[in-house]
This record gives sequence, C-alpha cells and structure tokens, in this order.
Amino acid sequence: MSQKSLTIALAGNPNSGKTTIFNNITGTRQKVGNWPGVTVEKKEGIVNKYGYELKIIDLPGTYSLTPFSVEEIIARDFVLDECPDVVIDIIDASNLERSLYLATQLREIDCKVLFALNMADIARTRGIKINAKKLSELLDLPIVFTIGNKNEGIDELLKKAIELAESDIDTSGKRKVKYNKDIENSISKLRSFIENNLEISLPYKTRWTIIKLLENDKIVRERVLQKAGDQARNVIQEVQLHRELLADRFNDDPEIVMTDERYGFIAGIIKEVLTTIAKQRIDISRNIDLVLTNRFVGFPIFIFFIWAMFQLTFSLGTYPMEWLDSSVSWFSMSLDGFLMDSLLKDLLINGVIAGVGSVIVFLPNILMLFFCIALFEDTGYMSRAAFLMDRIMHLIGLHGKSFIPMLMGFGCNVPAIMATRTLESEKDRILTILITPFMSCSAKLPIYIVLAGIFFSAKAGTVIFCIYFAGIILAIVTGRLFRSTLLRGADAPFVMELPPYRVPMIKSLIIHMWDRGKIFLQKMGGVILIGSVVVWTLSAFPRNIQYSRDYVAETNSVKALYDTEITTANGLDRQNLEKKQDAAIEELEMARKSEEVEKSYMGRMGKTLAPVFAPLGIDWRGSVAVFTGFVAKEIVVSTMGILYLAGDEGSDTLKNALLSSDMTPLSALAIMVFVLLYLPCLATVATIKQETGSFKWTLFSITYCTSLAWVAAFCVYQGGKIIGFS
Amino acid sequence: MLLSEMKEGQTGVVNRVGGNGALRRRILEMGILKGSKIYIEKYAPLKDPLELIVKGYHLSLRVEEAAQITVDDMK
Repeated sequence: MSQKSLTIALAGNPNSGKTTIFNNITGTRQKVGNWPGVTVEKKEGIVNKYGYELKIIDLPGTYSLTPFSVEEIIARDFVLDECPDVVIDIIDASNLERSLYLATQLREIDCKVLFALNMADIARTRGIKINAKKLSELLDLPIVFTIGNKNEGIDELLKKAIELAESDIDTSGKRKVKYNKDIENSISKLRSFIENNLEISLPYKTRWTIIKLLENDKIVRERVLQKAGDQARNVIQEVQLHRELLADRFNDDPEIVMTDERYGFIAGIIKEVLTTIAKQRIDISRNIDLVLTNRFVGFPIFIFFIWAMFQLTFSLGTYPMEWLDSSVSWFSMSLDGFLMDSLLKDLLINGVIAGVGSVIVFLPNILMLFFCIALFEDTGYMSRAAFLMDRIMHLIGLHGKSFIPMLMGFGCNVPAIMATRTLESEKDRILTILITPFMSCSAKLPIYIVLAGIFFSAKAGTVIFCIYFAGIILAIVTGRLFRSTLLRGADAPFVMELPPYRVPMIKSLIIHMWDRGKIFLQKMGGVILIGSVVVWTLSAFPRNIQYSRDYVAETNSVKALYDTEITTANGLDRQNLEKKQDAAIEELEMARKSEEVEKSYMGRMGKTLAPVFAPLGIDWRGSVAVFTGFVAKEIVVSTMGILYLAGDEGSDTLKNALLSSDMTPLSALAIMVFVLLYLPCLATVATIKQETGSFKWTLFSITYCTSLAWVAAFCVYQGGKIIGFS
Repeated sequence: MLLSEMKEGQTGVVNRVGGNGALRRRILEMGILKGSKIYIEKYAPLKDPLELIVKGYHLSLRVEEAAQITVDDMK
C-alpha cells in the first residue's frame, strides 16, 4: 500500500524560528541563522509520519509577498504555482502584529493556512498574552503553539496540518481583509467585467488577481498578459482606470491605501486577542545592545570580535593543524616503505598524498572560522554588524547587509556570493559579487602562511594582516568606482529588523560548521584530488627527458672517487668522507630532479607564461603554481611543494627549497598580492555565473580581478625595488 | 517634525510616510504607518542608521529614509 503524499510549505518572517522548526520536523541539516533572510534556498525534506509521506518545504523568510525581493518572489511563486496542500505560517508570538501582515496575504492567495505561534514562552516573559482561541475564531484557521528550540508542539502541528490538508473546506469563503467601500467597489466591478468576458482565463484566483492588478504588481500583470493574451489588455486597461479613480479618491496610490487597510484589519484583530501587561520586564536584548551598539564601545567591540575570530581561527587552529600534518607525513612515509617503486607509487605519494595532504591540514582553521560565523549568525550579532557597518558600506555605495557576504568571503567565496541573495537590489547584488572575491578566502590562507612564514618569519602575522587589509581597501575602491560608473544609482534602502539576541544552540552551530566544512572536504575529494593528479601528471611527464648532463655517470664517478678514498682512510676521516659522498650525490640528485621538473610539461607551460610574470618578480615555478590555482587556491601550495622539490616531507623542506630558490621577500610579497586579487577559483567563477545569471558579468569579474592583480603585484615588486627592498 | 530629527529616547506618532515606490511600500509593510507609535532607541555610532521600536520590535532605518517620514512628537 503506497502512502498518500502531502506537501507542506513553511512560511514566515525572517527570525521567526522557521528553520529551527524545519530542522525539528525533517531532521535534515540546514543553515539556521538570525540574519534576516538567511534561508535563501528553498529547502525540502521528506518525512513519513502518521501514515503519510510529508514533503516539507522551507520557504524563504519574508515580511510580505509584495514582491519586493527575490525571497518574496520565490515564496509567493511557490505558493501560487506549486499549490502546497497546506501552508504553515510560523509566527513569532512576540511579534504578532507584524507577522499577521504576511498571514493576511497568505489568506488572500486562498491557500489552506495554519498558524504556528512560535516562541510563545519568550512572548510571555515579555508580558505578551495571546488569546489563541479567539485568534483562531476570528481568522477561522487552526492555531498550534510551538517552541521550536525545545521541539514542543511540533507533532501536534503536523497532525493539524494533515487534518487541514485532508479537509475539503472552501478557502475562498474564509474571512479575509475587507478593504474600504471604494476599493471593494472597484474589485466587484472588475470581477463582473472579467466574468462578462468569458474567454478570459486568469492564471490565478480572480479576487487575488484583481487585488494584485490594482496594486500595480508587475509580475502578476505580466502573467495575466501571458496567459490571456490580447484579451487581457482590456482588463489591464480597465484596472488602470480604476487605479486612477482610486488614486484620485484617496490622493495616494491604491497599493499604499491597501497596505494601510491590511494593517487596519490586523489592528482590529490585535485589539481583541492581544493583551500586553503594562509592567515592562527587563529586556535583555535591549540591554545587550546598550553595550554592543553603543556609541563609544560598539566599534571597539566589533573590531575585537573580528580580531578574536581571526585569532581563534588562525592561532588556536595551528595545534590540530600540526597533528594532521604529522599524520599525513607518517602516512606518506609508511606508504613509501610499503610499496614497490613504480609510477603508481609516485602518483600516490607525490601526486595524491602530497597534494591533498598539504590542503587537508587546513581543515581545522576552516571549521573554526565557520563556527565563528555561525555564532554571529545564530546569536543575532550579524545584523548588529550590518547596523554598525552600514554607514561605512554606504560610502562604498553598498548596503550594510553587503557586509555579511563580504565577511563570509573570508571563509569561502562560494557561500559568500550565494549570500548576496539577501540583498534586495540587483545592482547591489552584482556590485557585492564583484568585490567579494577581494575578501581573501580561507583557501588562500595556506599560501600566505607558507610564504609569509618563510620570508617574514617574525612579522608573518603583520604581513598577512596587511594582505587582508589591502584586499578590503581595493574592494572599497572598486565599489566606489563601479558605483559611479557601471552600476550607477542609489543602493537599496536600509530597512532591517534587529532581531532579539538568542542563545545559540550548540547543536545548530555544529551543524553549520560541519555543513560548511563538508563543502571544503567535498572540494578535497573532487576538485583538489583531480587538480593534484593533473598537476602531478603535468610535472611527471614526459618520462624520457634529454638531460643536459649524464647524471647516472656523474653519480657513479663521484661514488667511485669517494669509495677509493674511503677504503684508504680510517676512523674519523672515513666518517667525514662518507658524509661528503652523500652530500655530493644528494646535490646531483637535486640538480637532476630540478631539470626533470623544468623539462616537464608543467615546466614548459610555466616558462611560456614566465615573461608575463617576470615583471612581478615571479619565476616560472611561481607562475605555474599560481596558474594551477584556478582549479582551487589550495593547490597553489601543493604545486609549489612539487615544483620546488619539497616533495611530501612536510613544510620544512619547502621552506629550505624556497629559501634556496631565487625568491626574495619582495617577490614573495608580490606573489601574495597577486594571489589575493587574481581570478577566483573554478567553484567561485561557477557561482558568480549562477548568481549574476550573466556570462558577461562573469567574464568581466574575471578580467577585472586578474588585471588588477597584475597591476597591484607589479606596483609592489617594482615599487619595492625602487624604494630599495630586494 | 521629521523622524530623522528626533532624538534618542523620544516617542512620536507617524503622520505621513513620504518618498515613493518600493521603499515607501516596504516601510509601510514593516508597520510604519500613519498613527503608528515610534520610539527612537538609538542612532548608530556613526550617526547613521538609526534604530527604532515600532509595533514591539526593533527596526533600523537610514537617516535619509527617516527624513521621508513626518511624525508628531509625543514628548
């Protein structure tokens, strides 16, 4: 017997606890955050309960279905086009009045709606009492109390949802917002106009369509025209007449009057169901904000948090990093002893393990960074950060909200660029996408750690900080430049809720951290693994190289030379000679390997590119390493490892190899600057394409980044030389 | 007076929401309508944006946006 399947959509305001309830129902792992609009993607989960297969869809958090932003369009289209069996409207009980605005719009669409009055416990401590029975009667819909983070009321919510889905009530007769006489008059006149033109078929229910047309909703108008074709033009014209009539009557746009009327309707309900105890309890959230967004200490604390985040990530993360590093070398060494010499062994140890191993050690850093970002999101501090930063972001021509994607860019550009969906204006989104790659992502960090650590040992931290800072400055400059040229116009309005602070749930923080860490690991398994193998292949082939010297013969003659001396010498002399012999052979071997790499496909590629990189002080090996970074930034370090012959024996050998190469602190700095700015990794480019939806913008972004990188690195290297550094 | 002229800790009642297009509508939808009581919680450290309490929740607006809203001071 197959189960009956039902679709349940979760709708609600941002921060209403919607995602928490979704997680509780489905048990799937999903991002929960306090940043308005964190649920950008449509997420779904299937559960089998009470004999039904329930498909739960988590709609983006919205305040309205106007549609003002991408989220609202997504949410509205889902309800309209997919016709879920039930829509559960999750309502923050301490914010009833504003939440009801969305509820009235859902009711207008004519779908089966059920209320989940969430976080009623918090509402109660704030002195808010809701008469649910009355509310249920007034709106004629079922209401369930839930406490999302304690998993209370969820089962009952599902039972009620199924009950409602299976009932055959007619939603069109349910109580809705009644507009004033003039508007209702227009609605009924338009209704009869449409009904008299029988051929006209509307894509949606008549009353709703008329309301939306009166509200001058462009999307609905387009769809009506699409569906009904030319016949609809008459209707649109008729609507236009009524719009003008109403605008004249109220001395304001009909949509404004209707918004007012909806709130009027809500106010009537609120008066009957809500009682607020006059005695105000201490509002903890407000008290926290007295400090965190304080005029004097707000910014220092903000900077401290960012600093602490970096410290936690990069200092504390070093310990597990070292453990991982030594396990990788141990594994590589034991494999070396275990396997027979062959091409496969070479591939495994020098390609796969060296490549993947040099990247996996950064997993602890990345997990910690994502943990911190999740902490900011879940507590509600993210929106305070936007509040603090808006003035500054506004100077670049961006919204305070853009700060969050940019901050996340420090972790990984892929989720950061995806987070730009929270921005309402398309220009803002594109601008943020264009400058986010300058936020140095965590995958670039290994490169800085290696280069700065080797060439600026004691000052490594300062150098890395400066690199990050330079990225931020260039992002600002770019933002201003583009805002005044390519993307001219004002940035989106800053109408943002500051949700109450919440104690984050450890479980949800860990889920966030792990989900994002997983993206990193998946990259390890896929792109980086393939990249490492490709890099190894390019550097290990062709096998039959014409060497400039006969290394085998030379080695043999050196051996023979010392062997005769060793046999004649004795005691201490003998030991010294043996050491000298080893060193001489080692030196020859290094020279041979170096020539091997130089003559490999990789070396030839690098040499072809070298003239482009020469003015930046980057030699052919550096240029190859940077070149391979397109696959993923993590690969740059492993390519360096292979090219500078550090092999798989840990970072000390790479250090010695780099120090003995022509690389100077100045050219190391130039590489770092180049890496900071140049074309983002494959995954990021793909995300830019997806989010801008435009090949042109993607190409523009890549070209701009790379040219800027070249120019900046050129300035650093040549400028540094002029000043007298080397 | 304009909402942007109000000081921290002042309460006012919205008289008119000006401006046009999507922004005006969004401000209305967030509950800032004629007759709504507004309490100015604070200005951001850089004097922009401002935080206010309306219908029991905290909302932030830029000063330039607040300058489109006229309010009657309630003292």
